[in-house]
Amino acid sequence: MRLDFSLNCPRPLEGERVRLAHGGGGRAMQGLLEKVFFPAFPSPATGLRHDASVLDFSGPRLAFTTDSYVVRPYFFPGGDIGSLAVHGTVNDLAMAGARPLYLSCGFILEEGLPLEDLHRIVDSMARAADQAGVAVVTGDTKVVDRGKGDGIYLNTAGVGLVEPGVCWHPGQVQPRDAVLVSGDLGRHGMAIMACREGLELETRLESDSAPLWGLVEALIREGLAVRCLRDLTRGGLTSALVEIAEAAGVRITLEEGAVPVSDEVRGACELLGLDPFAVANEGRLVAFVAPEDASRALRLMQEHPMGQGAARIGQVESGPASGVAVRTCLGTLRPLDMLSGEQLPRIC
Amino acid sequence: MKYLDEYRDPETARRYVQAIRRCVTRPWTLMEVCGGQTHAIVRYGLDRLLPEEVTLLHGPGCPVCVTPIERIDQAVHLAGLPEVILCSFGDMLRVPGSVRDLLEARAAGGDVRVVYSPLDALALARRHPDRQVVFFAVGFETTAPANALAVAMARRQGLENFSLLVSHVLVPPAIEALLSSPRNRVQGFLAAGHVCTITGYREYEPLARRYRVPFVVTGFEPLDLLQGILMCLHQLEEGRSEVENQYSRSVSAEGNPQARRLLDEVFEVVPRRWRGLGEIPASGLDLRAGWREFDATSRFGLVDHPRKDVGECRAGEVLAGVLSPVDCPAFGVRCTPESPLGAPMVSGEGACAAYYRYRRLEEVT
Repeated sequence: MRLDFSLNCPRPLEGERVRLAHGGGGRAMQGLLEKVFFPAFPSPATGLRHDASVLDFSGPRLAFTTDSYVVRPYFFPGGDIGSLAVHGTVNDLAMAGARPLYLSCGFILEEGLPLEDLHRIVDSMARAADQAGVAVVTGDTKVVDRGKGDGIYLNTAGVGLVEPGVCWHPGQVQPRDAVLVSGDLGRHGMAIMACREGLELETRLESDSAPLWGLVEALIREGLAVRCLRDLTRGGLTSALVEIAEAAGVRITLEEGAVPVSDEVRGACELLGLDPFAVANEGRLVAFVAPEDASRALRLMQEHPMGQGAARIGQVESGPASGVAVRTCLGTLRPLDMLSGEQLPRIC
Repeated sequence: MKYLDEYRDPETARRYVQAIRRCVTRPWTLMEVCGGQTHAIVRYGLDRLLPEEVTLLHGPGCPVCVTPIERIDQAVHLAGLPEVILCSFGDMLRVPGSVRDLLEARAAGGDVRVVYSPLDALALARRHPDRQVVFFAVGFETTAPANALAVAMARRQGLENFSLLVSHVLVPPAIEALLSSPRNRVQGFLAAGHVCTITGYREYEPLARRYRVPFVVTGFEPLDLLQGILMCLHQLEEGRSEVENQYSRSVSAEGNPQARRLLDEVFEVVPRRWRGLGEIPASGLDLRAGWREFDATSRFGLVDHPRKDVGECRAGEVLAGVLSPVDCPAFGVRCTPESPLGAPMVSGEGACAAYYRYRRLEEVT
């Protein structure tokens, strides 16, 4: 579904801020809906102003997912919480082989949030939704007391139609499958970290936040033997691979030198003592592909705008035990395991 | 990042390993002092590339691991005071105190913030004149100069709401304590490159002479470590016990004179309790009398109650190189990064954490 809308919605007064009344269900809230949300998401469904959106779809299998977004700061290099809330949910649908169709969005606003900021975020969501080919068709707004939130939290849920013949999950992964990533790792996490901590790096790190459905659709169109896809979000490549290895009961061997990580990300990670494999991404996926289709899949990814930095990084083996091993640049092997919690910067 | 790749080159690494194999004629036991070196060794599997005659023991150079439990308790106590913003390096947050750690103190409502430098804490003190900002000053000679600078700046700026909870430790006295122990097995040391960048390496010369052990000041990249090991083995095979410098791109004999002057101006050498190792004479730094106003223990009237390291954790033996982490009965069973019994399982530089992260899944590799 393509939407035709303009971004020339009436701007709120400069300096105006979110008040508790904006979530109170009265006139103030109606004003906010009419000024900010409806112009940005003008689907026929919101036009009906009903308790629920009634939507058309045709297909035998529906994919349904939800995710919440609490990123701080809510504007960051390469994106903002609005675009992130679209990309994150659209990508979750895409990993199931589903064409994203509709999103809901819950806005939890902190009293005092500049309306100008809300406007920018909503505009950014609308652009991201348009780019990803989805419509935001229902939503909700609540306002919490000042000091009870970081300005704005979002929750999006999404539904999509699973493409015929697609059945991807970790159980499909088999020994000899190739492991591919769609681009260099760690940009989103390090961009957030750099602006949160005020790191002064020589180059500006930008988030990789992006919708991946187009890339996934290309893999489906080509009829490649994809076994499983996973988007690399929190926990990064490490968590994705460990989860899949454990779920599939296989051993994955990763070539450390083949995993693409930009010089900027590596530099910032070295500085802070972080592992780029465990840093968050928002526009990268890992693909498990049958060995005979691996080269074609890699070429196709590299030719796609969302997969230009794609690389083959390892393969699946039948081990005595499931898990992930990394072959270091010196040829030695070490296990790769999930971190216990968040990565804490080292001391010296 | 090309700068680092040069120190991870597989071909050069192979040549060093071959040279080590040619050099060694009998068993030798070396200790790398710094936890950063331990992690690089285990992460890259350098110990597995060495001939079986060479044993590497992991030293006490993990500042988080050796911070005594009573200091953690004091930090937790300060974090619970409503007027206090407690600033710390991230590693310290999960180290267990006798009741709780700083992460739990934060969850209970304490204002605990991770900073990357004491100067960040100083900036917080400027921004919050109505609060007391305490920086948890742990670490070896490497981190101490920045803390000295922070209090000097606080004085210059007239900041009365900034203080340090000091738990600095010094490397050479700890090495001497290990060498003088009857249980010592170490025959040669890889000294910590970052510490020597500040202090130089003159202090190691009397130790090398007295205990007849070679020291090689060594860096942190795989090739640094292999070269440091080779230099140390050459000395042992040739019967020499000298102080040599592998890390000459960063370390000079005299260290950083400016940093040393600042350290000497602000800090004095005191006896210090090391977690797991006990009290070591002249092994710590505290603020000098003229700088006491910036000492959190006097500002908040904290009392030093030495606490026993209780429970099953055998961190002391691990830190002294007597016990390998994997030989501890609690390792990976009752002691994991999720619920650590001791600091070496927490810290990014702790030996137990290194083995848990890079060695536990032996069956996978």
